[in-house]
Amino acid sequence: MIAALLSNLPALQIVVPLMAAPICAMVARPRFAWAWATAISFIAFAMSVALFWQVRDGSVISYEMGGWAPPIGIEYRIDILNAFVLMIISGIAALVLPYARHSVEAEIPQSQHAFFYTALLLCLTGLLGVTITGDAFNVFVFLEISSLSTYALVATGAARDKRALTAAFNYLVMGTVGATFFVIGLGLIYMITGTLNMADLAAKIAANGDSRTLRMGFSFILVGIGLKLAMFPLHLWLPNAYSYAPSAVTAFLASTATKVAIYVLLRFMFSIFGFDYAFQAATLQFVLLPLALIAMFAASIVAIFQEDLKRMLAYSSIAQVGYMLLGMSFLTQTGLTATIMHLFNHALTKGGLFMAAGCFIYAIGSARIDDLRGLGRIMPWTSAAFVTGGLGLIGVPLTAGFISKWYLMQAAFALGWWPVAILVVLSSLLAVVYVWRVVEVLYLRDTREIPDRKPVPLAMLAPMWIMLGLSVFFGIDADLTISSASRAANALIGASNIFWQ
Amino acid sequence: MGFSDLVSGHYNYWLVIVLMMTGLYITVSRGNLIKKIVGLNLFQTSVFMLYISMGKVKGGTAPILTGDPQTVYSNPLPHVLILTAIVVGIATTALALALIVRIRESFGTIEEDELLKIDHEMEATKPAPTNPAAALFSRLGGPNP
Repeated sequence: MIAALLSNLPALQIVVPLMAAPICAMVARPRFAWAWATAISFIAFAMSVALFWQVRDGSVISYEMGGWAPPIGIEYRIDILNAFVLMIISGIAALVLPYARHSVEAEIPQSQHAFFYTALLLCLTGLLGVTITGDAFNVFVFLEISSLSTYALVATGAARDKRALTAAFNYLVMGTVGATFFVIGLGLIYMITGTLNMADLAAKIAANGDSRTLRMGFSFILVGIGLKLAMFPLHLWLPNAYSYAPSAVTAFLASTATKVAIYVLLRFMFSIFGFDYAFQAATLQFVLLPLALIAMFAASIVAIFQEDLKRMLAYSSIAQVGYMLLGMSFLTQTGLTATIMHLFNHALTKGGLFMAAGCFIYAIGSARIDDLRGLGRIMPWTSAAFVTGGLGLIGVPLTAGFISKWYLMQAAFALGWWPVAILVVLSSLLAVVYVWRVVEVLYLRDTREIPDRKPVPLAMLAPMWIMLGLSVFFGIDADLTISSASRAANALIGASNIFWQ
Repeated sequence: MGFSDLVSGHYNYWLVIVLMMTGLYITVSRGNLIKKIVGLNLFQTSVFMLYISMGKVKGGTAPILTGDPQTVYSNPLPHVLILTAIVVGIATTALALALIVRIRESFGTIEEDELLKIDHEMEATKPAPTNPAAALFSRLGGPNP
């Protein structure tokens, strides 16, 4: 029994949350739905830890769905990179769900609770599926499962602010255009190779060499995934979606959805496309690198002028995606390590920060920065959590954000691109400005009268502090993240046919 | 390859491109949310056609076993893939229409410019910013980002 379970772990990782979701909707009792979804998220986390444990030494698990061998059948392929990402997603879910109970009760009408948790479980399924699968078309299917449930989740914020509906609609239009671009790209590659299995694709693309169709496929996939991960000029859906979605949803999405898209980009960029080093290197250095740098500055500057805490954090997310793309565009082992590490570190930091924003909304019903005056004295735990997360966002030593930015700068120096390293530091200074604005309001302003302030329950404070505590822990003792990220980067480089610097 | 070959030999791609651009243009340019979704549907349909025409083999028949080893079959895989994409498209359309109903219920309109106006009015009813940076920004007349 146990052996059968263990050997089918890759399938169960997806099947358990997928099957749990309709049960949530059918029972339709708010309290049960929450408890059920939380239990499932714990199980999913346990499974992804088990998977990570199996591949931590660099081995690869190949699971044949339904017993059909790849490349005909759908293969789930787990190496250290996606095991690491799986662990991030399910770990964040296991922290956000306990937090969600009170936050959701305060922000969403009770009649929608069961469906809310159903959508959250489906979203989790989709994100895990995108990460675990070794089949390129399967990526699209799971991407759409997660996206469709995300649109619904964003729209549940309508009870607090009706603009959540238009935000969800705009996200839907842009997300669907992105996904369709992705499918067009897949179609073009399929025309050349006649396969959809990722490993098979990589081999056939390398064998066939460069062609115009392949380049078109590559470009379509880059733009499609770019829309999903909020790459700089394609980020327009993100600020509204993140600021009007319920707090628990924002905390979950901000730390998982864009990260999974980054993972998909890494996978396609390095594992699958290896056709022509010069073309890919040119795309990375003349398209991705400038866009990443612009994102780091433009989004940070816009963040400084935001009136709403969640909106400010949303713009900061776009800037942080810039750092991840920057690491990728270096095309070096250190750069990739920095990207993968920042993926993890930023997931913890931003998740914790959005949870703090959710605590403010729970307590005073608003996350407008002006309304937070003097709350540092009234809500010491939440405010201190915000400061901790803010320091991580800036990249102050002893926080996880420092480690990944340090690696990013090392990668830049190794290439002799010192202006890029200076720009990383300068953009971090912008983060100081927007974080300080909030800290100043929290601690240095006079407290105002808040008549109907609710105390924040421990069930919300504890997950937030665990998340931020981990971000500090991995800033002090980064051995685990550095070695995992570095090995994942090696796996990507080893599997790719690109010439590495 | 001559010009006529480029046009007639690839006529399926030309149709796909025309349909794709029409759909994308409607999605971007129309202010009515329903029309946007119609455009999005056209855009997705063009991709279905791309895949389906891709799977067609010249002289090939439907991929059902005939027992004759000489039979040429069309490639069924792109067709099956598109079956999945169609399902995704339907789910997207259904969700979008549900959202439009809710938008109409709470805003009273489904025209994008009117929605934007309501959005700006909601923004304007908030108290003036006390944060110096934001106050400066609004004095400079920049759009509230």
